[in-house]
Amino acid sequence: MSSPSAIAGAVLADAAIESRADAGPRGARPRRAFSRRNVFLYGTLILVAVYYLLPLYVMVVTSLKGMPEIRLGNIFAPPVEITFEPWVKAWATACTGLNCDGLSRGFWNSVRITVPSVILSIAIASVNGYALANWRFRGSETFFAILIFGAFIPYQVMLYPIVILLREIGLYGTLWGLVIVHTIFGMPILTLLFRNYFTSVPEEIFRAARVDGAGFWAIYFKIMLPMALPIFVVAIILQVTGIWNDFLFGVVYTKPDTYPMTVQLNNIVNSTQGVKEYNINMAATILTGLAPLAIYFVSGKLFVRGIAAGAVKG
Amino acid sequence: MPSERPSQLLRNLSAKLASVPMILTAVVVFLGGTIWTIVHSFTNSKLLPRLNFVGLDQYERLWSNDRWLVSIENLAIYGVLSLIFSLAIGFLLATLLDQKIRFEDTFRTIFLYPFALSFIVTGLVWQWLLNPDFGVQSVIRRLGFEGFVFDPLYDADIVIYGVLIAGLWQGTGLVMCLMLAGLRGIDEDIWKAARIDGIPTWKTYLFVVIPMMRPVFITTLVIIAAGIVKLYDLVVAQTGGGPGIASEVPAKYVYDMMFLAQNLGQGFAASTMMLLSVAVILIPWAYLEFGGRRRV
Amino acid sequence: MNMTATMPTSVSVRDLRLAYGGLTVLDRLNLDIAEGEFVVLLGPSGCGKSTLLNCIAGLLDITDGQVFIKGRNVTWDEPKDRGIGMVFQSYALYPQMSVRGNLSFGLKNARLPRAEIETRIARAAKILQIEPLLDRKPAALSGGQRQRVAIGRALVRDVDVFLFDEPLSNLDAKLRSELRVEIKRLHQSLENTMVYVTHDQIEALTLADRIAVMRGGVIQQLADPKTIYNRPANLFVAGFIGSPAMTFLKGRIEAGGDIATFRAGDATVPLAGYVGEIPAPGGEAILGVRPEHVTVRPAGAGAHAARVDLDEPMGSDSLIWLTFAGQPLSARAGADHGLRHGDAVGLEFDISRASLFDPASEQRL
Repeated sequence: MSSPSAIAGAVLADAAIESRADAGPRGARPRRAFSRRNVFLYGTLILVAVYYLLPLYVMVVTSLKGMPEIRLGNIFAPPVEITFEPWVKAWATACTGLNCDGLSRGFWNSVRITVPSVILSIAIASVNGYALANWRFRGSETFFAILIFGAFIPYQVMLYPIVILLREIGLYGTLWGLVIVHTIFGMPILTLLFRNYFTSVPEEIFRAARVDGAGFWAIYFKIMLPMALPIFVVAIILQVTGIWNDFLFGVVYTKPDTYPMTVQLNNIVNSTQGVKEYNINMAATILTGLAPLAIYFVSGKLFVRGIAAGAVKG
Repeated sequence: MPSERPSQLLRNLSAKLASVPMILTAVVVFLGGTIWTIVHSFTNSKLLPRLNFVGLDQYERLWSNDRWLVSIENLAIYGVLSLIFSLAIGFLLATLLDQKIRFEDTFRTIFLYPFALSFIVTGLVWQWLLNPDFGVQSVIRRLGFEGFVFDPLYDADIVIYGVLIAGLWQGTGLVMCLMLAGLRGIDEDIWKAARIDGIPTWKTYLFVVIPMMRPVFITTLVIIAAGIVKLYDLVVAQTGGGPGIASEVPAKYVYDMMFLAQNLGQGFAASTMMLLSVAVILIPWAYLEFGGRRRV
Repeated sequence: MNMTATMPTSVSVRDLRLAYGGLTVLDRLNLDIAEGEFVVLLGPSGCGKSTLLNCIAGLLDITDGQVFIKGRNVTWDEPKDRGIGMVFQSYALYPQMSVRGNLSFGLKNARLPRAEIETRIARAAKILQIEPLLDRKPAALSGGQRQRVAIGRALVRDVDVFLFDEPLSNLDAKLRSELRVEIKRLHQSLENTMVYVTHDQIEALTLADRIAVMRGGVIQQLADPKTIYNRPANLFVAGFIGSPAMTFLKGRIEAGGDIATFRAGDATVPLAGYVGEIPAPGGEAILGVRPEHVTVRPAGAGAHAARVDLDEPMGSDSLIWLTFAGQPLSARAGADHGLRHGDAVGLEFDISRASLFDPASEQRL
């Protein structure tokens, strides 16, 4: 071997005391930390990572500057003088139309929409998935197929019929109306998620419970539910981010008083009246993105599992 | 009556009751709503839906409307480019992450976080970044390139590319994740066998791994495509459809016709066209996926 | 007698160490394999046998030590340059290529002349009888056919050393025994060196020239199958090899006339004819006897008395569970023994094929 490195040489000398040791290469293949491959690999990754992080950085930096500094400076420059006033204004006093109580109204609306929507949609879909997995009846697979194909129908096709339905039951324009809409449109993906999970549970467990005399609800609550806790977490992550980030349903099915945060944010930033206050806009944007971002960073791998489950059909 | 067979309808009663929400959603909302909209697309409904049939009138008006034609063109450009780039970038990033690198979790977290953000947030951030007076253009001009022009959001010819940049930033992380899952699903022994055979890494990807990932590519394609048709929030937030009507998209046309212009018939016709375009994507896929499986 | 002394070594592993961070998987492992030898690495899952094979193949980067193949130091060589072919448990065929494509992919990549590739494929296909399958895709093949193709892929590489990583584990029992015979035949006709990893002791005993029994990353015993079976080096090897398993009797060594005896409870077993070293009287010991080395006799006959607990008929013969000196003991008997639960019987041990172990060190004495 022509070029054993100095370190390998030293190891060799050390090992020569032992009888079995031989000259020549020994131990791990020599690797240079800065090989061309590594430079290219990590270089590309870091470059791409910077590109992905840049918008977040600019958002934060802009929201901490005063307007004069924004007008004069560079959007990538860190703030000279940090101010939290834009955040306070965005939260409490930014105007949309006639209301000037900031994003806080939208935030609480979103909370009031998201919490019941998540609970209701998951409760219904988990029972549905369980019924589809373990208690098939004639036609159940057909309904499920329609449901899954429904997930691919553009929402625009169903927007108006739902307006009529909600008007008929007197919930059009209310938070509860929107909760029902989210429950409906969350159903395909959630039902699929739970059905696939419950199908993967060994049939023997279910049969054993039936032999022991447990019925539909007893098996669900005592056996399936405790087993399915991880998938419930995945479903919660999926739903909270999805519903929080929704814009279309919010703008169609609610009124200005009950607008969710995304709709209100868009109205604040894209309102045509008055001077554009970019720092307030960016603060408001971050505030709106904060909830799903927090969930994303806390849940980590589960979030990935959620989107993978949501994306790859079983 | 001893041991009479219970009626078929009452068997599994709890399961059937529990499935009522699903059945209602599937039949009434998805199936019924779709049929309702299609039927009403042949009427001259204005402020309120009416069953006053006018044949294909709405469709003729739709396809002679400049705004709709621009919308379709935009969606086609955005759709094709977004498919190509998100698949290419997503696969490339996944491949880079698959090289047993350090800090894999960190990189993956960074590439995926935009996907957690709403299109509204995405659109507003990129509206700010692409702002000609303060954003990227002005920064580069200040570096001394006085004549530098990068102003997609105010240039009708390229505004859709500005939207595309934002869309890719938001969505490539998802594609990367799906691809990475696909790559990780490949039997470790295949890689070992290729190493013993002395196949270079790039050749293994090209001739062995990518062909093996065909189902993942197809699934991803369908997911991206279904998302593209729904493109709405991003445009509303980033450009509002402007300048002029340069960045309009079909979904926005539908909303504006239904809820702003009080021209329900147009909205129904436009949404039916959207449904048709999804069907064009979906039916061949469903045929390949499910019809093909039966044949094997 | 000793193959390594008379033949040149084909594969030699010296002071091999493999550690991930703080976890050491293999430590100071040495193994010499003679040219043309069939060595089986045998052990329970997680014992490091596959890891060792991957280290020999160069698929894992070792932490310390050296690997020689045909006298050449290949420690830093890429797998393709080591002169090895490898067969995997999952077959690892390239699914989108035909059988021919699978066999030729590596050769084309090594820029071998087309005619040479054709010759090699034809030869491998003939040996493995897969000629009719050459244009099929792996998905259209049965498990056994796939594994043949996988072997073919190693064969066309025209190498001296074949590495098998549990190649038969994915097959059903019948196919497994068929392919086992074929692999043995292949070895006989090719006379290559083969290193074969398995957790199946029958495969090991039938195929191997020598077996390396491994546990916890350490080779417990390296010897020919007969020695492994009759003179297990320690309790682990004794218990792992053999089905039905060896029974272990606890007791102590006592002095008795010319020859020491093994005393368990109220029974005394003279150790006349024991092959090995009998420890000084007074010490504790474990006596291991295989069921087939225990002969069951009618009550009163034989040197010892025992009682029947359970009968497990196995078709050709029967395994009888007995209570001997208050401890369970199993014995093989003919299928028509007619014994029932509770019957008193006599016993005889074949001490020349039994093993004594030191309970503390677990080593054979």
